Parts: sequence; structure tokens; C-alpha cells
Amino acid sequence: MKNILIIGANSAMAQAVAKQYANRACSFFLVARDGEKLDTLAKDLTIRGAHSVTTAELDVTNFMAHAPIIEDVFDQFDQLDLALIAHGTLPDQTACQTDVELALKEIRINATSSIALMTDIANRMEQQKSGTIACITSVAGDRGRQSNYLYGSAKAMVSTFLQGLRNRLDKSGVKVIDIKPGFVDTPMTADFKKGALWATPEKVAKDISNAVDKGKSKTLYTPGFWALIMLIIRNIPEFIFKKLSL
Amino acid sequence: MELTSWGQYPRANSELFSPSNQLSLTNALIEQTEASSIARGLGRSYGDSALANKVIRSNQFTHFIDFDVEKGILTCGSGVSLADILATFVPKGWFVQVTPGTKFVTVGGAIASDVHGKNHHLDGCFSQHVLGFKMALASGEVVHCSRQSHPELFFATCGGMGLTGVIVEVELQLLPISSSYINQTTIKAENLEQALTLFEQHYDTTYSVAWIDCLATGDSLGRSLLMFGEHDSDGALEAGSEGKLAVPFNMPSFLLNKYSIQAFNSLYYARVRESESQQYIHYEPFFYPLDGIHNWNRMYGKNGFTQYQFAIPKENGLAGMTEILTRISDSKRGSFLAVLKAFGQANDNYLSFPIEGYTLALDFKLEPGLFELLEELDQIVLAYGGRLYLTKDARMSEQTFKQSYPLWTEFDRVRKEYGADKLFNSHQSKRLGL
Repeated sequence: MKNILIIGANSAMAQAVAKQYANRACSFFLVARDGEKLDTLAKDLTIRGAHSVTTAELDVTNFMAHAPIIEDVFDQFDQLDLALIAHGTLPDQTACQTDVELALKEIRINATSSIALMTDIANRMEQQKSGTIACITSVAGDRGRQSNYLYGSAKAMVSTFLQGLRNRLDKSGVKVIDIKPGFVDTPMTADFKKGALWATPEKVAKDISNAVDKGKSKTLYTPGFWALIMLIIRNIPEFIFKKLSL
Repeated sequence: MELTSWGQYPRANSELFSPSNQLSLTNALIEQTEASSIARGLGRSYGDSALANKVIRSNQFTHFIDFDVEKGILTCGSGVSLADILATFVPKGWFVQVTPGTKFVTVGGAIASDVHGKNHHLDGCFSQHVLGFKMALASGEVVHCSRQSHPELFFATCGGMGLTGVIVEVELQLLPISSSYINQTTIKAENLEQALTLFEQHYDTTYSVAWIDCLATGDSLGRSLLMFGEHDSDGALEAGSEGKLAVPFNMPSFLLNKYSIQAFNSLYYARVRESESQQYIHYEPFFYPLDGIHNWNRMYGKNGFTQYQFAIPKENGLAGMTEILTRISDSKRGSFLAVLKAFGQANDNYLSFPIEGYTLALDFKLEPGLFELLEELDQIVLAYGGRLYLTKDARMSEQTFKQSYPLWTEFDRVRKEYGADKLFNSHQSKRLGL
């Protein structure tokens, strides 16, 4: 792994992944909304040993701005080895139930912007016949629940997109990893009660880099026990599930 | 939400706050009215020192900010862990000057506890290698503290258990190394007197520690394995790997009883056959033998445990330790191998724990009758002029604290001068009358 693009680079999980690869002298192209935080991260990665760090500010809902940035990335790197798509928000489910504009905005942030970015990246990686696209979705996408089905449905859209993309790119040697974290202790989940099922961003980052380094092209539940939990959740019959308060 | 620290005792209901940067922290401090607020790093203190109604986390202050390659001076966020520093800087030939027995502590926490390591007798505490730090005060103002600038605040904050403000940024001197390996000499001591003599004889060795069998009695009272170490000059510069073992849930606490612990301690002692042996080992097992087993605190069951760590002045070392070890051994409330260590001179901080002499740390699982025993031990410690480590404490009385930390009045004065007592109070500080 040499050249790495991270979209949503300020997210706790993305930062933890970047820190791991910085120790291995990788080159980074970091994209995020908050430029000041990006500068802090860039400096940190340089001290750790990053070969080079380029940053760019982007609001992912500004679709017109996607193409020039992806163009810059591929100008900068003769080859892109890893594209990590990590941006996202945790929508307020109740508010989204009465505010259609807000609901659609959340879908743009959490689903369509990712699909737009990956469409461009995928075509370029298909041409270079190498590289890994790793996108952070969520276990919430595995089944709609009343407490956060807007977020879940956005993530489900991306997961299905990734499935198809993996299928399409298999023959060109491009890997596609759908990262499905469970509960992770990050600023996004600051208001949640934490319990035994919670993992640190560092743990998730380790799982991600392991999968990337081993050349996996699959769905990755992290921490691994979520694969079992979601297997059970997916298989609860709907006539029971609809009565649960999940 | 319910929160505990490493000992899983006591439990507290706390509201968590994770400021994303210095500005969001200071804005919150300005608006804040909750007088029970305390900063928290990785939660590795044992008792209630990082518990309060409102807990301010440093988990977003985790960046390296500057590194002077020539001098080995690192500037980083207060939430950076020693594990992160080692993983990054060992391959570049740098180590931390002082490390406690776990690398899963933040630099902010290391300052607040003014942690010590196996080299205390020569190199002092963690704060003695801190050049300065930036701290947010109760007023929301951010000040730079060092021995030159706001010196009183510096001496109050180092070892001050987070009661003076929230550290946001730290400037640290690292130690140059040319190998990640340690030359270790293990020596068996048949009793306490021999152990203390060995510490004296090896005073020049950089690192020293003893694992002591606190259930041994009679002529064997205080039998121990002493480990002395020096950084080697040969060998690769490789950071340690993460441990793969973990204790996945709280074990039933009856598994740890006087028989199982006696058996373990005897086996551990008997495992080393020669009276003196040499090993060449990586720094990881040398400094962090328990870090390889994640959540080892769950061994003690869901009721939790407490670590009793005291220090006794040198002149009373043998008499004091003998009396305490006899009392513990009689009680049959054993602990897995306890840790014994010689301390060098005390530093200038008002509440730093180490005093010149000896320190002993023992784990006790929480069960009825324990606190009565510990109260008895407190009285012995006080009688010999000793004190307890605030970072491990979950139960000492206000009177014990104030008698054994006479500089608490200075600490209190500085704290009030900066208005910190209006905002920064932990459940521990309330208990200790601070």
C-alpha cells in the first residue's frame, strides 16, 4: 500500500486507519469538510512518517466539486492503491420523519455522494487494473429498524452498490470492501450509552487495514462478532420483528 | 451513563463530553455550571479519580503536533497514549523517559497521576521529563505551564489528579535508544531483607522491580523475584505487537481465592530455578507484561477490585514492609504477585506520590471485610510515615490523605487561586476533602 485517498478523512475511524498507514511511509490525499482539522491530521501523519500528505476541502453534497478533486488525486498519484470512503453523519431519525428536505439531504450525504465518488474512482481503478476501494457503511444497513431506518436505508443503498461493484471489478483485479462497523466510540456516537459491544476506532482500523493488506474483496463486519449478531437480526421473521422496539 | 475505571469499583453515573478541539473545550468551560467535572483519558486509574458527574474526555486530542528530530522533543495532544508514542517513535530510535506498567495511558493522565516507572530511583516521575503543557483553566483561558511559566500551577497539576484544569497539549522529552531490547537480570530473593539489600546493591541499574509473593510466611516472608534491566545497544528497533489474548467477560470471582493465588504465586516463584539468570527480551514483556492480556481487570469478577499501593520512607522500609506483609499474609486475602520497588527522591510537585523509600502494590478483589483490613493497613502505613497512591485509591479517608500529603494545603491554595475548585472536582477529591 503506497498511495491512499481518504474521503471524510477527519472521521475517527478514517484517522485511525491513516495513522496506521503513516507509520509505513505511505502517501496521502486527504479530503474532508473541515480544513483546519485536516491540517492537524496532515501534520500528525507527517510526524508519524507519511511520505507526503496533500489535503483538499470538500462538502460531499457539492457534486460538481467531485470530479476536479478525483482528477487531482489521479494526477498526483501515478497509481492509487487504496480509496477509503469514510464520510457520513448520523441523522436524527425523528426529525427526518417530518422533514423531507432533511431526509433527502441525509441521503445525499450518506448514500448518493458516496456512490457518485466511487463511480468515478472505480472507473479509473478499473483502467489501472489494481487498487482497493474500501467504504464504511454500517450494520444498520442490514435491516431497517424504527430507531434509525433513514440512516440504515442510506447505508443499505451503498452496500448493494458495493456488492455490484465488487462483482463487476473482480475480473479487473480491483478489490471492493464493504466495511460494516457495529457500535464504535466516535464523536458521531458521543451521545450514546456505551456498553460491552462498543469498540474503539483503533480496533476497527486494525480490522480494516488487515482486510486491505490481505487483498480481501468482501463484506467486513467489525468487530467480527457483528457478523453473528446481524445474521440473527436478519433472520428474525418479519411478523415478529415488526413488533420489536429496536 | 454508568462509568467505572480500571478497578471496576466504584461505579458512577456520568455525562460524557468529548470536545473536538481546544475551542469547543474552552467554550464549554465558559458556559459550564456543573461543579463536578473532571478530565479523563483512557480510564486506567483504578478508583474514582476520573469519575465525576461530568467527564471531559481527551479522545479527540490525539494528534502529534511537532517533533524535534534533533532533540527528541515531542509536542502532542493530551489524549495521545504511550502506546501510540512507542509504536511511532521506537522505530525512529526514541523511547519514553518514564513509563508505568501499562502503555494504555494518555500523556495527560500520566501528568495528572505523575506516574512512575521502574527507573524512579534514578529518573524520577513522568512530569520530570515534561517540558511544559497547555492547559484550559476553569475560566476557559488556556495557559502555558512550565517550571518557568506559572510554576505553581505546573507543580499543582503534575500529580494533581486533574483537579486544576484540562490539559490539552504536552511537550515531552523522549529518550534516545539504539535497540528495542532490554538486557534483563533476574535474581531470586528468599525473603524481604534480601530483596531490599539487592535493590541497594543494584541502585545504579536503570530499571528495577520485584514481584513479591505476599502469601509467603515465616522465613520466606517477602520472597521475591527481582528484575533488573538496561536498554541494550544491539538489536532491531521494532515496536511491540498488540497482544492477542483478552479476558472477554467478568470471571466468576470465586476463581480467585487463597488456594488458587497461593498456588499461582508458588509456581511463579519456583519457575525460575537459578538464583540469578540473564535474559535478552523485547521492551514489551519487560515493561508491559499484562498489556498482552486485554481487560485483565475482569479476572477479579464483576464486583471489581482495588489496588493498594503505598510508599514507606527508606529508614522504615524493612520494619514497615514486614509488618504490612505479615498482616496481609495473616488475612489470607492474597493478591496475585505484588510489585515491590525502590523509590528515589521525591520531586517538587504538591501531590506526587513517590517519596524516597519503598513502594508495594497489591490487588485485592472487592469482598466483605476488605475495607476493614485496608483501614488497618492505612494505620500501619501512617505510623511509618508513608502514604497511598491517589491513582490507585478508591477508599482512603480524608484524614489519612491530609495526614500523609502535608502539601495538600499548598495544592488547595493554588487550586483556589485559579478558580479550579469551582469546576474541577472528582468523586475522589470530594471524598478526600479537596
